[in-house]
Parts: sequence; structure tokens; C-alpha cells
Amino acid sequence: MIANSLDAYLILSGLLFAIGTFGFLARRNAISMLMSIELMLNAVNLAIVGFGAFVVGLAENGSVIAIMVIAVAAAEATVGLAIVIAIFRNRRTPLVDEYDAMRR
Amino acid sequence: MPSWIPGAFRPLIVTAVLAGVVLTPAILTVLLWGGDFTDALFLVFAVTMLVSALAVVTMRDIIRCGLAMIVCFGALAGIYLIAGATLVAAAQVVVYIGAISVLILFAIMLTETKAAPSRLVFQTQAGPAGVAAVVLAVVIAITVTATDWGELGERLHTATDTLARVLFADYVLPFEIVGVLLLAAVIGGVFIAKRERGESL
Repeated sequence: MIANSLDAYLILSGLLFAIGTFGFLARRNAISMLMSIELMLNAVNLAIVGFGAFVVGLAENGSVIAIMVIAVAAAEATVGLAIVIAIFRNRRTPLVDEYDAMRR
Repeated sequence: MPSWIPGAFRPLIVTAVLAGVVLTPAILTVLLWGGDFTDALFLVFAVTMLVSALAVVTMRDIIRCGLAMIVCFGALAGIYLIAGATLVAAAQVVVYIGAISVLILFAIMLTETKAAPSRLVFQTQAGPAGVAAVVLAVVIAITVTATDWGELGERLHTATDTLARVLFADYVLPFEIVGVLLLAAVIGGVFIAKRERGESL
């Protein structure tokens, strides 16, 4: 019933994406923002897997694209966290509202 | 939590509340709307995922945010299993729980300052951000329910060997490009995070 409808997967994905959006916009800590980005990527992945499971003719393609997204997310996390650590080394804080060097 | 509750009972109460939140929709679905075991499992995973995702974006202690994120990824792997994408579920566990979460926990512990946990968690734009997130969720839900998705099949199971054939035949060029991208990301990450000579963290 529920687990057999595409709408359930897509709405769940939309909710997770909205939670990630809120975290990205609202948190002060740079690593929290990166975690919110991971949540949003996972939400998109859930939508892709849902389409792959239900749309006729998409069967394996959905899973392949989801695995590619996971790999790209791993690359994104590596570079993002490296940038955060590099900035932290200069500014001594992980809070993004104290990164104001280009505003002064 | 009120202060008259003894400290020893608080973990028990939190556990009981969380179990109730997670299990109630599943039990209600099975009892009232005649759902089967898969529906109940889907709802358990979905509620676990949403609750832990909310914990990720709202909790004060960032280490706990990272641990809640692991729970969220695990529940999502369960949903992938229900959707029939076995290999994606395995990749989710290996890559997200095994690699990315550990990387993020390391980064949290490297950037932890003594002042950080006790200070404000949210920016000043948290209120508008919450409104925007709710609007986004409602718009996505309306769009999803209003769209006609065309011909939909039954929920089908993706066999790993056919997936492998598709991955290494039709998608072999994207596969190689992702490999190069990962190599570039690893080299770039090491280069960016590398300590300058004479500098101490």
C-alpha cells in the first residue's frame, strides 16, 4: 500500500530535502552546513531510487545513477571538509558568520 | 525535561518517547488501514529517518548531530532495501556510514573549540529559513501528488548482476569519469588540508 506507491517515496524525499535546506540556511557551524548538504543529496538519491523502482523502463538506470551520486557526494565531502579545516586553521573558529574577511 | 525527574530515568524516558514516535504510525497502519509488514517497515524507517534528520539540524551538540546523521543514513539504507535497490543500500552503508560519517566526525573533532557548543546554534535567519523549508516541503508534496507520473509498474527488485551489466556496458564512460573525479578529489583534499611548514594545528 504505502510502500508500493511512488508518491510516498517522493514525499519522503521532499521532506528530507526541506529539512536539509533548513539546516543549511539556519546553522552557524560550517560542518553542520556540510551535514545538511549530505542530507539534501540523500533526499535526491531517494527520489532517484524511487523513480528507478517504479517507472517502467528505468529499472537498473535508477540504481546506477544513485551509485554515481553517492560517489560524487563522497568527493564533495572530502573537498568540503578539507576547505573547512583549512579555513579553521586560519580563523580558529568553525562558525560561518565569523568568516568576514571579504566583507571588511 | 522537567527537573523533578531523577537523572537516572531520563535516558529511559527519551528512549520510550522515541520508540513510541517511531512505532505508532506503523502499528496504526497495520491495525487501521490494513497495511502489510512491508508498509509497517517502510513507516518505521521513514519516521526514524525524519526524526534523526531533524535531530541533525536542530541539536546543540554537534557530535550528537553527527551520530544522528549515521542513524539517518542507516534508516535510508533500509528504505532503499524496501525499494528493491539492494546494491544502492549496500553502497549507502559502506560509503555514507563507513566513510563520509567517519570523515565528518573527524572534522568535527578537529574543529571543536571550547566556546563553540555553548554558543548560539542558529543564525539570525533561522526563522525565515524554517518558513522557507516548510513552504518547500508543501510545494514538493503538492507537486508530487498533482503530477501524473504516467505508466507506473509494480515495485520491482533490481538484480545486482543486471545492474552490473548496465553499469559496465551503457554507463562505462560515466563510471570512469567518476573514478577520475574521486582521484582528483582525494588529491585536492590532501593538498588543501595539508599543514603549511612550521604551522601547528
